[in-house]
Amino acid sequence: MTSAPCRFSTPARLPAVLIDSAGRIATVHELAVTQSMLNLALEHAERAGAQRITHINLVVGEIASIVDDSVQFYFDFISKDTLAEGAQLSFKRLPARFRCSACGQEFPLRDGNWICPACQRLGGEVISGREFYMESIEVE
Amino acid sequence: MKIQVVENVLSANEQIALENRRLFDEKGVFVLNFMAAPGAGKTSLIERTIEALRHRLRISVIDGDVASTIDADRIARLGIPAVQINTGGACHLDANMVRSALSKVSLDETDLLFVENVGNLICPTGFALGEHLKVMIASTPEGDDKPYKYPGMFSVVDVLALNKVDLLPLLEFRMDYFRRGVEALNPDVAFFPLSCKTGKGVDEWVEWLVAARSKLG
Repeated sequence: MTSAPCRFSTPARLPAVLIDSAGRIATVHELAVTQSMLNLALEHAERAGAQRITHINLVVGEIASIVDDSVQFYFDFISKDTLAEGAQLSFKRLPARFRCSACGQEFPLRDGNWICPACQRLGGEVISGREFYMESIEVE
Repeated sequence: MKIQVVENVLSANEQIALENRRLFDEKGVFVLNFMAAPGAGKTSLIERTIEALRHRLRISVIDGDVASTIDADRIARLGIPAVQINTGGACHLDANMVRSALSKVSLDETDLLFVENVGNLICPTGFALGEHLKVMIASTPEGDDKPYKYPGMFSVVDVLALNKVDLLPLLEFRMDYFRRGVEALNPDVAFFPLSCKTGKGVDEWVEWLVAARSKLG
């Protein structure tokens, strides 16, 4: 791919919306995060003197607004001719959780059911579910 | 061989956001990131806020859109310095885009900087810009179920303005249901029901903003 002036600029070669042969639509949101993810993986692989990245293990919160298919789709495009070409992405999903502001009970965020199971109050602080980090990479 | 990474995928963005924030603090510029769905009233609320505060504070605006300079032109017509960022398809602003735009903003002559994000309820939440406050504008025609559908955005903002309350008599908008969703996700959010068209509720928001600025500044 063309060298980008910064890690977050959108590669000029790719259109804003891509549709692959299976009809999957990928939007530029995932392109930006995929580019960032690829850079991070390459940085760590190069530091370790690796020849090839075989696996990238990601952790994604339920409300992090990241679509796995879309990331994979962009990854296949932008990882070409890099150490990460052909690497398998795995996504570990973390459920969204609340901490009740009244009694401190922690409970999962579920559509239309945000009531604390302990004290019946509604909602609280979102304590997990926004994560998007790289746990590890596997290299040869 | 397995290499432990355990690093935020967006750490490059976070880093630049932190640098932007340091610059804002050093220059004494209070920065707001306005986020909303397209058409909710981001530019309208910015215009109203400018009208109310332009004689008290020096304001600059950065406008993000996929294309066009329509928003920056609206702001420039008020005689306020405005820089347009065209994201060329990207659905959100990121810290680096803002950093680039800052070269065209006179920070030494700015007290308040409004950054208008791309119209979108999903993507902008993941990208810090270096702002002091995240401001969300919801609008009544979008419906009362939006907090339940977009918890990511509603749970992360410091301020929620509910625009177009003048339309409430025409809509089936259950304020209780909306507010219950907001309070569940974000009990500490500063909530302002208002109308950019009639001006109702705008004063409360503006006074809150001035107070928030002096608290943080």
